[in-house]
Amino acid sequence: MRILDLGDAALTVEFGDAIDPALQARVNALDVAIERARAAGQLGGVIETVPTFRSLTVVYDPLLTRRATLEAALGELIDAADHAPVGDGRHWCLPACYGGAFGPDLADVADAAGLTPEAVIDAHSTTEYVVYMLGFLPGFPFMGDVPAALQLPRRSEPRLRVPPGSIAIANGLTAIYPWESPGGWHLLGRCPVPLFDATRDAPALLAAGDRVRFTPVSVDEFDRLDAELKAGRLDPQQWCSPPGVTS
Amino acid sequence: MSALEIRSPGALASIQDIGRRGWRRIGVPWAGTLAPQLLRIANTLVGNDALAPAIECFDGGQQFVAREGAVRLAVAGDAQLEHLTAEGKRSLVAWRSLTLADGETLRVVHTGTGRLAVVAVFGLARPLVLGSAATYARAALGGLEGRALQVGDRLSVIEPAPTPEHHLRQLPTPDAGPIRVVLGPQADHFAPASIEAFLSMPFEVTAEADRMGVRLAGEALLHRDAAAREIVSDAAVPGAIQVPGNGQPIVLLADGHTAGGYPKIATVITADLARLAERKPGEAVRFVAVSVAAAEDLARAAEQALQARLGNIVPLAGDGMIDLDALYSRNLLSGIIDGRDDDGDAA
Repeated sequence: MRILDLGDAALTVEFGDAIDPALQARVNALDVAIERARAAGQLGGVIETVPTFRSLTVVYDPLLTRRATLEAALGELIDAADHAPVGDGRHWCLPACYGGAFGPDLADVADAAGLTPEAVIDAHSTTEYVVYMLGFLPGFPFMGDVPAALQLPRRSEPRLRVPPGSIAIANGLTAIYPWESPGGWHLLGRCPVPLFDATRDAPALLAAGDRVRFTPVSVDEFDRLDAELKAGRLDPQQWCSPPGVTS
Repeated sequence: MSALEIRSPGALASIQDIGRRGWRRIGVPWAGTLAPQLLRIANTLVGNDALAPAIECFDGGQQFVAREGAVRLAVAGDAQLEHLTAEGKRSLVAWRSLTLADGETLRVVHTGTGRLAVVAVFGLARPLVLGSAATYARAALGGLEGRALQVGDRLSVIEPAPTPEHHLRQLPTPDAGPIRVVLGPQADHFAPASIEAFLSMPFEVTAEADRMGVRLAGEALLHRDAAAREIVSDAAVPGAIQVPGNGQPIVLLADGHTAGGYPKIATVITADLARLAERKPGEAVRFVAVSVAAAEDLARAAEQALQARLGNIVPLAGDGMIDLDALYSRNLLSGIIDGRDDDGDAA
């Protein structure tokens, strides 16, 4: 563990430099410990924390506190976090319509992997992924790990427009694009469930530490779900089951 | 209620406040104005809460028209203004409030050395989205329909009481000095000679400079080795300076990504971030390193200086009166006779 300088209004507690569920568990434990301390009125001047794959960034107001004060207060929390048990988050089973217009890279991924498109869908949808972090775009989940057979570098030519809802893979990660955006990942399919809604109490559907599986659905079923969700007749929570127990 | 009509948004104009906090963990950047000091000065000039939403303008060219009644505005920034009335046109310097009668126009015709101006509008209220009215266009949050302002947009505002206009008695002077940074978090990904080059060579602001960030061009900053060109993504903040494989730095600003996979060589300190955002394409930027503790001291000193400035906001002398004190301090500071107020209104 080391503390890295991120200007005069943030510091980064770095636990390692790899994508690894064990590192993420330590990040989450520290995140929870800081949240508890703040709820108890400690750590004045802290604005927010940002958990990532392997580090936790603490953002603060340099007019209200100082790095030296904060570092002293964080020391104990970091030690405690290293020994904290961690719950395994919520479990989601999200519908996914693979291939066709929704997954324009499915055939290329299958070729590169030496598999049939059906085998790619099977490999992608039977794996349970952990949400390592959110970032890049509001609500964008970085999830892993993608089965070794499907691990490919990013496309050499990023698309200027990836449609919202696109399910994509790159290297060991998979994601769902909440927004239209440029993107260099391989598009396998589409998910109709909106990942971000500023009017919800928790605007992002997924949170770091959640587990996600995909359930293949037909185009007709996708269209039906999409229409029902847009009309507000379906609650995205229906694809969620309660948190699991500490493992 | 009256309304402010956007006749032209210029290069870019959007509604911004101080930004939304607390959502970076789900990928939502702060957004908010690139120039918080200008926001606080403009709002104080116009009689709003200092952190109220206002219109952030890039590079001049904006035109605003009062509709269905009077509208009071105030402009902070290195801008020249034109007030178009039934009688004709008068030129004004910024850093003052101004009331447009129904049908009158204010033009932000020129920004001087800086790119940014903030136009505060008396009684402008916008709904909060995730705690802020700031526009973040990528996710359609805040502002007006989550987007930049367009020709024909109308913002409803409160009609002002006929109270005196206010101005800032001593105008800020542009600071062309180097931009101060704290090295890290991934300075160790760069060859020592590149750190030296980063802190000694000038970099040019390219045309790719907006609310997300500023791409700079200069001597390529070489990573320690090929493996050091990328990191497993970690968090970024406004001011963080990413260096992708081509060695050309990108300074992230208010709309910048919350996390990224490029090593960050340094972070611009809080006190200097707006100074960097103000720089125009083609201008040179130099960086100098300071410690975290020194940067914190500078942030506090900058806040004290701003408080002193806000205390220097006073009513403008009435029509026909010349405020010699203001005239003297303005000309002394700006070094030019700016020919403000050709109708003799208030120095």
